[in-house]
Amino acid sequence: MNSTDTSRTKDKAFRILGISTTVGCVLILAVFIGFIIYQGMERLSWEFLVSLPSRFAEQSGIYTAWIGTLWVLVLTTLISFPLGVGAGIYLEEYGKKNKLAKFLEINIANLAGVPSVIYGLLGLEAFVRIMKMGNSILAGSLTLALLILPIIIVSTREAISAVPSSIRDASNALGASKWQTIWHQILPASFGGILTGVILALSRAVGETAPLIVVGALAYVPFAPQGPMDEFTVLPIQIFNWVSRPQHEFVINAAAAIIVLLFITFLMNGIAVYLRNRWQNKMNW
Amino acid sequence: MESETKSPKATQEKTEPKMDSKSQNYKLHAKNIDVFYDDFKAINNISLGILEKSITAFIGPSGCGKSTFLRLFNRMNDYIDGFSMNGNILLDDKNIYDPDLKVEELRKTVGMVFQKPNPFPKSIYENVAYGLRIQGIKDEDFIEERVITSLKQATLFSEIEDNLDKSALSLSGGQQQRLCIARALAVKPSVLLMDEPTSALDPISSGKIEDLVHELKKDYTIVIVTHNMQQAGRVSDNTAFLYMGSLIEYGDTQKIFTNPEKDRTQNYITGRFG
Repeated sequence: MNSTDTSRTKDKAFRILGISTTVGCVLILAVFIGFIIYQGMERLSWEFLVSLPSRFAEQSGIYTAWIGTLWVLVLTTLISFPLGVGAGIYLEEYGKKNKLAKFLEINIANLAGVPSVIYGLLGLEAFVRIMKMGNSILAGSLTLALLILPIIIVSTREAISAVPSSIRDASNALGASKWQTIWHQILPASFGGILTGVILALSRAVGETAPLIVVGALAYVPFAPQGPMDEFTVLPIQIFNWVSRPQHEFVINAAAAIIVLLFITFLMNGIAVYLRNRWQNKMNW
Repeated sequence: MESETKSPKATQEKTEPKMDSKSQNYKLHAKNIDVFYDDFKAINNISLGILEKSITAFIGPSGCGKSTFLRLFNRMNDYIDGFSMNGNILLDDKNIYDPDLKVEELRKTVGMVFQKPNPFPKSIYENVAYGLRIQGIKDEDFIEERVITSLKQATLFSEIEDNLDKSALSLSGGQQQRLCIARALAVKPSVLLMDEPTSALDPISSGKIEDLVHELKKDYTIVIVTHNMQQAGRVSDNTAFLYMGSLIEYGDTQKIFTNPEKDRTQNYITGRFG
């Protein structure tokens, strides 16, 4: 066997390895989702979506949980979007490129890797206790906003720096102020990327459980929250609570709730992909 | 085709600019300019005056500082990290590096066209209107009139007349560059800086830009950086030869190209280096 044959064989072997790992990963996910759907589908109904939690599995629903998730999602968006995008714009456009900026940059990247439960402890101390917000939706949303801020900042910066400098030059050379260039050129051109980052960060926040348990989201909330200062629960906590019950019926409830949660995250990721493609087509220079 | 019949430089009635003259009235006047990028000295004590409504070409090998020098006139170097300079530049006898001067105002007077066509990802119309919109002009009739005039000036209007709403990115490279010229003209500058405006274009598109530059000379003071020696010879009235950050020779284009004073200019023009 000469060397061309050997490298061809290796080539083939590697391709088979690549295909099998890819198929393997997708298959595991597919089996998992299929199993969940098989288990949970029978329980999934309009009734399930609008029922309050109950001691009896058959009467129990996820109304409070998904309303709580929605509240948290909206508040987290309102808090993290302006802060994160603003910080990203500042660091990329205004901040001087000095040692301090380097230091900040590394720290923001590090923050993105801090375990979420640590953010929960921070939220518990800062928002729940010191600011006396209690176990409220607001405290939970602020905590989640902190958790995803680094991701939003990093993706905002990446989206902005992907805008060709020739566009910036063109705008500046026409007498645009810095802000005008950012507002009329940089942001429209990078908005698809920014939005994608924000949505992916939010879909991570929707699935978070640990930090919310730490700040005191409850497992059993007998009413749907009416305002940001109310106590609350969210879907992942409801699921966590159900799977830890011994009765099989509650596990089925958990499976049904997982379907709803997966649907929400898939929907958000889908929106992110759609926006990215749309903007890319519009901005192909 | 057109350049054969043209021999414009011989009949030039303008006085020749001198490297250090104080008596002439220059549109732009650079005085004792040094430019540093951190510790690297990119421009070494250059003084030069540019006459109103003339075309001045900066030539020289890559890295000689000609683009850096050009970008001093609308302060585009301000954004570069580590940039610093000595000396000053007068535009109509006012120092453009005066701390009180608003750089946005300066750039309305001194327009710029870049090496690579860089239209905004907007419609053709909005590209040209951009400079007016950021000035806060709301009068849509005024804007439309100015857009059309500018496109006509840039000899682009007839080609895209019916497609003003189409994306500027759908135009050819040469059309995009003329659009960029129209966009610069729309804010009514008196000086137009051009940084190798044809280097990314094919010969036919380049020819159109050259003809256009010639046309624009009637109303604008044009400074053009070029790599292309023939282009400098064809379009410019005066030529400055820069080498390693220094101004080697500056004067009437005809003279620089036929009878330069310095050997180095001669060597560069005849293609012996660079």
